[in-house]
Parts: sequence; C-alpha cells; structure tokens
Amino acid sequence: MAMKTQRREIYGLMAEFGTPDDILEAARKASASGYVKLDAYTPFPMEELTDALRLKHTKLSLFVLCCGIAGCLTGFFMQYFSATTDYPLNIGGRPLNSWPQWIPITFEMTILFSALGTFIGVFFRNGLPRPVHPVFNVDRFEHASRDKFFLCIESSDPKFDAQETRAFLQSLRPEQIHAVPF
Amino acid sequence: MAEQKTVWTGLTKQEPLVAPDQTYASITDHISGTVLERKTPRGMIVTLAITSVLILVFLTSVGYLLIEGVGIWGLNNPVGWAFDITNLVWWIGIGHAGTLISAVLLLLHQHWRNAINRFAEAMTLFAVICAAMFPMLHLGRPWLAFWLAPYPNTMAMWPNFRSPLVWDVFAISTYLLVSFLFWFVGLVPDLASMRDRAKKKWQKVIYGILAMGWRGSAMHWHRYEMAYLLLAGLATPLVVSVHSVVSFDFAVSLLPGWHATIFPPYFVAGAIYSGFAMVLTLMIPAREMYHLEAYVTDRHLDYMAKIMLATGLIVFYGYMMELFFAYYSGSEYEGFMMKNRITGPYWWSYVALIFCNGLVPQLLWWKKLRTTPMVLLAISIVVNIGMWLERFVIIVTSLHRDFLPSSWAMYSPTIWEIGLYIGTIGLFVWLMYFFIRVMPMISIFEIKHLIPWKGRTIDTSADAG
Repeated sequence: MAMKTQRREIYGLMAEFGTPDDILEAARKASASGYVKLDAYTPFPMEELTDALRLKHTKLSLFVLCCGIAGCLTGFFMQYFSATTDYPLNIGGRPLNSWPQWIPITFEMTILFSALGTFIGVFFRNGLPRPVHPVFNVDRFEHASRDKFFLCIESSDPKFDAQETRAFLQSLRPEQIHAVPF
Repeated sequence: MAEQKTVWTGLTKQEPLVAPDQTYASITDHISGTVLERKTPRGMIVTLAITSVLILVFLTSVGYLLIEGVGIWGLNNPVGWAFDITNLVWWIGIGHAGTLISAVLLLLHQHWRNAINRFAEAMTLFAVICAAMFPMLHLGRPWLAFWLAPYPNTMAMWPNFRSPLVWDVFAISTYLLVSFLFWFVGLVPDLASMRDRAKKKWQKVIYGILAMGWRGSAMHWHRYEMAYLLLAGLATPLVVSVHSVVSFDFAVSLLPGWHATIFPPYFVAGAIYSGFAMVLTLMIPAREMYHLEAYVTDRHLDYMAKIMLATGLIVFYGYMMELFFAYYSGSEYEGFMMKNRITGPYWWSYVALIFCNGLVPQLLWWKKLRTTPMVLLAISIVVNIGMWLERFVIIVTSLHRDFLPSSWAMYSPTIWEIGLYIGTIGLFVWLMYFFIRVMPMISIFEIKHLIPWKGRTIDTSADAG
C-alpha cells in the first residue's frame, strides 16, 4: 500500500549531471537495469541518447513524404482542372494540358505541404504546446536549458520504487537528486 | 566544468569555432544576457530612431500610392516596371543567403554556420517581407491582391497558371512561409532558455508562450533534429527554385536582354552573392556592438568572404556570357541591346555595375583583407550596390529601347519610388535591430553543440542541428 501511495505522490525521480558524458553513461546504465519509463533532458540535442534510452526512432520523415505527395498531386491537379475543365482557354489551338508549365507551382506546393507537415508533425508528436509539465516543478530544472543534464525515472515505471530507484540513481554518481512533484 | 573547457580537437591548425574558454553556462548567459540584462545600447536607439523615420517615409509613399495609383511612379510605355521589380529581385536575392547558410551549409556539415544561421534566417524573413511589398503595391489595386490566390470565387475565374508572374506568387509565398517555419523551429529551444533565464514576470510569460513548453526531452530532441534536417532538405531546393522562378519573369519573355537560358543559374548565384554581402553588412556592426567575437570569429568572416568571392565570379561570368551571346547569336536585336546597354544613355549604370561586381570583389583574393572587418564591410556595401545596379541594368536597359524607335523612352524614378525603396531599407533595418533586441541572435543550443566532449568530437558527429 505504501508503495502505491508513493506512486501517486510524485511524477518521478530526477538525477542531475554536469556533463554530457555522465548523462550518456547514466542513461545506458538505467536502460540496462530495466527501467523503461525514463527520459533525459538536455540543453542541446544528443543523438547518442536516442539509442542509450532505447527510444523508438521517429517516423516523421514518412509522414512528411505523404504530405509532400499530397501537395504535389494537389498542385498539379488544381492547375490541370483549371486549364482543361473549369476554365479552358483556346490559345491558337495549343493543347489545354500544357503540363510543363504546371511544374513550378506543382513543385512549390510539394515543398509547402511538406514543410507544413514537418512543422505540425514535430510539435504535434511532441505534445507541444504544453506549458505545464511536472518536470518544471523542480527548481533546478531551469538549468536543463542552460548547462545541466537531467535523467528522470518516472513513477509510472513498473520497476519504480521510491527508495530503490533513489539508491540506483545515487549509484550513477549524479550531482544532485530531485523528487519531481506533480 | 573542466571537461567543458576541452581545447578544440577538430581542425587543429585553425582558429576554433567557439573560443575555448566558453562553457555551456557562459554561452547561455552571454547570448541571452544581451537581450535580457543589457541595457539597449545607444547606437541601437539611434538606429531605431532613424529607421523609424524611414518607416514613416515608407508609409507616406504607400499612402499616396494607394490614393493616386501607380501613375505617381516614373513608369511609361515601354518601361512598364522598373524600380519596383528591381527592388523585388534585390530583396529576394538578399534573403537567399539566410536559407543557404541555415539549410545548405547544415546539409553539408559546415558547422561554422551555427554562429550565424539565426541572424541570417531573420534577415531572410525580413528581406522577403520587404520584397513582397513591391509586386503587391504595383498591382494597382493592392487591396485585391488575394485575387492572385486560387480560390473559389463568384467571378468563376482562375489565376493564369501559365504565367511566370503567378509562379512567382506561389514561389515567394511558399518561401516566406517555409523561411518563417525554419526560423521559428530553430528558435524554440532557445526561447526555452530565454524563459528559464528571464527575471521579470512579463518576460517569462512572453518567452514561455513562444517556447510552447519546450523541455529538452531526449525524444523531443530526436524528432526535432529530424524535423530540422527535413526542413533544411526542403528549403535547399526551394531556395534554388525561388530565384529561378524570379528569373523566369524575365527569361520566359521574348525580350532581348531577358530571353536567355543562363538566367536561372546566374540569378541564383547573384542572390547568394548579394545575400552574403548583406549578412556581412549587418553582422560586422552587430558583432562590434555586442562583442560577439567569441562566436563570430575572423574565421567566419573569412569563410563568408570566400563564398562571396566564388559567387561573385559566377556572376561576373554571367555578364561575360551575356556579351558573348549577343555577339555569337548573330541576332541583330541582341547585339543592339548589348551595345545600347554599354554605350547608350544608361552607360553609367553598366560601368558602375562592372566596377562594383566585377572589380571590387577581386580584393577578396587577399586573406588580409578578408579578415579585416572594416575593409570587408566596405566591400560588402559596394557589392550590395552592385547587385542592385545589376537588376536595374537588366530591367531598364532592356526595356527602354523597344523594337521600334517610335516606342523608345527614358525612365527615371520619381520621389515616390525612391521613398518607397528607402522606406523598405528602413523597415528592414528596424526589424533586424528589433529582432536583435528581443531574441537571441545567435543560436544558443547550436553553439553548445559545437563544444566537443569525451564521447564525441564535432568532426565525428552525425550532423549539427
């Protein structure tokens, strides 16, 4: 019972590190010891963390490809429809479907749709905008955008236990450990 | 933080891209501090005051234009467009360096771009805004500009998709939007740094809203880097297409002096050339004013000057090819156009063009001059003037002597065209300085990315981002 209360009380435990090497090492050890609900917070992107934390690789590029194809077809057929069906102009008997002239706009529409897809895709999948999040409740967390590196093991992790997890984080030799309240 | 002070391990023979005494904390505090803590420098207040006056000039020119119509400009038949299109092409070209720096150099793993990309992207955005003013205002009834967009309307009309001018609408509006997205996506993590550094409540609120709750989670960074790479990959062909489409405005017509296959590549090179000149023109004073030598080193200036020299030579090759085409095509009209361009009433503009774009940039062959900021500033201003002249020469000297002497006319701008042009320069500089005042003008997280650590030196990293 005591453990269950603990689970509801805090969002997780967070260890603070001073260098990228330390957090990378810590992330590898935490995944290796079987923690799955964990996340790292760093002031700049560290590609190595994706594999260290065993995160799923993003499918953003596939989504963007679909957006691009949609834009390409929209661009082309908008012009095709306009020139051949809705507003045909007979200019000296030249073919109505003058497709080489559709290419620039088709291209621009492809780029436009893909770029919008990228923008919407990345922020939607990241669950942003989200101004309120438990990790912000840690006072030291403002250093996550400055010079410190944080590893957070969430209380929803099946292996999470307030004492054991704290002891485990201590073994990673962090600079500090913070409890993350809701 | 001893680990963070690791001496540069990459390109050992060169000056490091980030001064070796910089740490993660010092970078954040310095760049965000210029916005949050430093008082507005006097030079900036003076600049904002002067440019505000220029914005009033701009508003007056636009206001009078809206009342009277384009008749207040010096246009005539055959010179149906002159200052407006010259300025459009000039501004768009300036914008292109921003995309080149942020997207193309990212894809090419040129890590030195991390110090200047934010600044250059902002420049792109503001230059494109200035550029878009001119064709819009030249419409005659600018309040009907939305007719250019394909939308279901009661007139049952479509834009003419066969016209390069409509291609331009699509190209420039896409470019504006993609540049904005690229710039904003790049800003989000830095806005989070600003939010966390801000002392005052209202600053926290504004930066907090703009940062959208960014918290630097590993999964977020992973998607973010992919998105950034994708946007760079999309912006790269886009930037080439935009200036190609701009050149189609001319090249697709049948006018001697315009109807040339060399136009798209020659315009793209010219755009990069003028854009780098503008980055240098703005960056050198900003670097002095805010003491950013630790991030924008002499090596950066050297690289930018080298790109300027290379693209300048391509542009000069374009001029020579135009001469060659006029001679080798054997076309009477091409030959006449070129002779008129060099010896006709606008000879001075051609001579000034060759001086500014052909001769002056040759000084950049000397490394000493490339790394002396004041010399480089002077050269880049000359190049900006030269690139403006290039568009003026192409447009006015090709138009003013039509096929029949009965339709020859001279063009000179009126005070309203000059006011509009000067006004957009004021608007541009105002926006730039305002941006520097309220946003981190150097990408904080990308500079941190340049500091090597044990697990990774910058040369082996997969990509910067």
